Amino acid sequence: MLEIKDLHVSVGEREIIKGLTLSVKAGEVAAIMGPNGTGKSTLSYVIAGREGYEATSGDVRLNGENILDLDPAERAAKGVFLAFQYPVEIPGVATMTFLKAALNAQRRARGEPELQTPEFMKRVKEAAASLGIAPDMLRRPLNAGFSGGEKKRMEILQMALLQPRLAILDETDSGLDIDALRVVADGVNALRSPERAFVVITHYQRLLEYIRPDSVHVMAQGRIMRSGGPELALELEERGYQDYIAQEAA
Amino acid sequence: MIKLASEAEATLSSFYEEMRDKGAPRLRAAGWAAFSESGVPNRRVESWHYTDLKTAMGRPAPLATASRAALSLPRAHDSLRLVMLDGAFRPDLSDIARLPDGVVVLSLRDALGQGELHVMSALASADIGAQDPILALNAALMQDGVVIQIAPGAAIDRAIELATLASAEAAQSTYTRALVMLGAGARATVIETLGALSSAPAQDNSALVLRLAPGARLDLVTHFSGGVDQAIRVASLLAHLDVGAMINSFALIEGEGLNRRQIFARLDGEKARAVFNGATLGRGRLHADTTLIVDHAKPCGESREVFRNILDDQSVGVFQGKVIVRPGAQKTDGVMQSKALLLSEQAAMNNKPELEIFADDVQCGHGATCGRLDKDQLFYLTARGLPRREAEALLIEGFANEAMNAIEDEQLQAFLSDRVSAWLSRRISR
Repeated sequence: MLEIKDLHVSVGEREIIKGLTLSVKAGEVAAIMGPNGTGKSTLSYVIAGREGYEATSGDVRLNGENILDLDPAERAAKGVFLAFQYPVEIPGVATMTFLKAALNAQRRARGEPELQTPEFMKRVKEAAASLGIAPDMLRRPLNAGFSGGEKKRMEILQMALLQPRLAILDETDSGLDIDALRVVADGVNALRSPERAFVVITHYQRLLEYIRPDSVHVMAQGRIMRSGGPELALELEERGYQDYIAQEAA
Repeated sequence: MIKLASEAEATLSSFYEEMRDKGAPRLRAAGWAAFSESGVPNRRVESWHYTDLKTAMGRPAPLATASRAALSLPRAHDSLRLVMLDGAFRPDLSDIARLPDGVVVLSLRDALGQGELHVMSALASADIGAQDPILALNAALMQDGVVIQIAPGAAIDRAIELATLASAEAAQSTYTRALVMLGAGARATVIETLGALSSAPAQDNSALVLRLAPGARLDLVTHFSGGVDQAIRVASLLAHLDVGAMINSFALIEGEGLNRRQIFARLDGEKARAVFNGATLGRGRLHADTTLIVDHAKPCGESREVFRNILDDQSVGVFQGKVIVRPGAQKTDGVMQSKALLLSEQAAMNNKPELEIFADDVQCGHGATCGRLDKDQLFYLTARGLPRREAEALLIEGFANEAMNAIEDEQLQAFLSDRVSAWLSRRISR
């Protein structure tokens, strides 16, 4: 599903990602863990296509296709979804209006017919109910004045509606209390399928108790330093990231 | 320069000679005297600093003499329409026969002929706005217009549209004035449409005078559209609010040419409330100036001004807002906010908010910002699949919506949203 080969990324003058290689198969949930400031969010931005995060060399392939030359909307239409660490507030735009515009823009780009309002409403309401999102929140401007937990739920609602092939969750657990974390994790788990891959970026092992990963990758110094199974997360929880930071000093 | 200026004033003086015996001699004379003190304002007049009317006007276009005989006017909304075409009120194009009980309409010409005292004094701008040369010029030269009286307690459901339209094939000057008087406790909705049906560079000076008796409520939607590069449109709104009266207004300015909307509002009774919101959609070389003075003369008044300027190409926006709180107007609550979104390198915004507070127990604030589309917001929307231009359109629409929220009438809301969408789709498609 996702193949990243020897990727180098610079933001401004600074190289943040320095030769990262990662492979995630369809149906797989891959966790990326690592200390702060190691380029985890940069990785999520470069996959989603954010301006200013330019790959200087290397490859990012989605189902065999190099996506680095596509703009963010084209990548989204091909199935890339980024759940933001800090979802952006959009004043004046009703959440419902945005959801419909996004969904139909993706459908148009894929040559699918647009969803009509009744069918769209049905899908949104079902997804909202399962995530404990009150209907009146959908009429409010997107994320404007939402609490941290509400914003994260809204990210998962969008994911449920857009049905991506590759979902990247960037520190989705940050700022969530244990109840909200469970709701969000349930939302993610409900979307797990053999056709879909997840990249779960997190700092703590806690989230991985709720979203069980198939693989765990340690990212530090702009690279994947080590890969393993779920047991690697437990080891990191015990020992911290010092082994990997220490290597940098050496 | 000086020679050209005096030429402009000489032409206007000949207009005054033509109009001075057409009713309301004292009102006209007072207007002409006030205008003559400063002449056509240039940038040295502080309240006109960002709109150089003198240079734009050059030599005034001839005074409109006759309006076109027959014309079919498209309808944008389901309203009772009163048409001022090329400076003349046109009962034949207006929905006079369909006016509901409680609404009396007279042409300004007839009203001036009858000279009823309460109408004549209502037409005048004795206090606020009296210093403005262009509003004064309107009083001196008013050719026609309408006088609408709404009976005390009447609740008029259908919106009344005041359409001020230019249709002449050659440049001409028009001076129109409308008066809307709401009796105590009356309610009405007025749509003020200022448009052009031809491509001649019209020079329009219009005034809308609102008198709200105690407890009256007026909802007002103003729409500027049409025009060409050389056209000039100055529309003045003069509002007096008595005890507990309320005006809830929104103005959408689009089109071309030089546009200035000036508001002079006096909250002259306790607990009066005024909302003056607006949005500008600037494209081409549109110049859109909103200059307002909200004068709190009595205690416990409330005023809100929320403006959104969306400026593309070489368009220029101006917002000058002044909130005055007179001594004794305690417990005044005022919030004024002007935000601009610049969509091109050449677009420009001039913001000048001011507060003049002479009472000590008030809550007044203002804010003005000017910026570009937010990169984080754009990335968020595009990452959800919206192509760049559509994402921009959604953000711009949201930005405009913040000023449109106060409109309660669904039909008017839909009308304005459609205008914004139409403007945005032209932007997406080019």
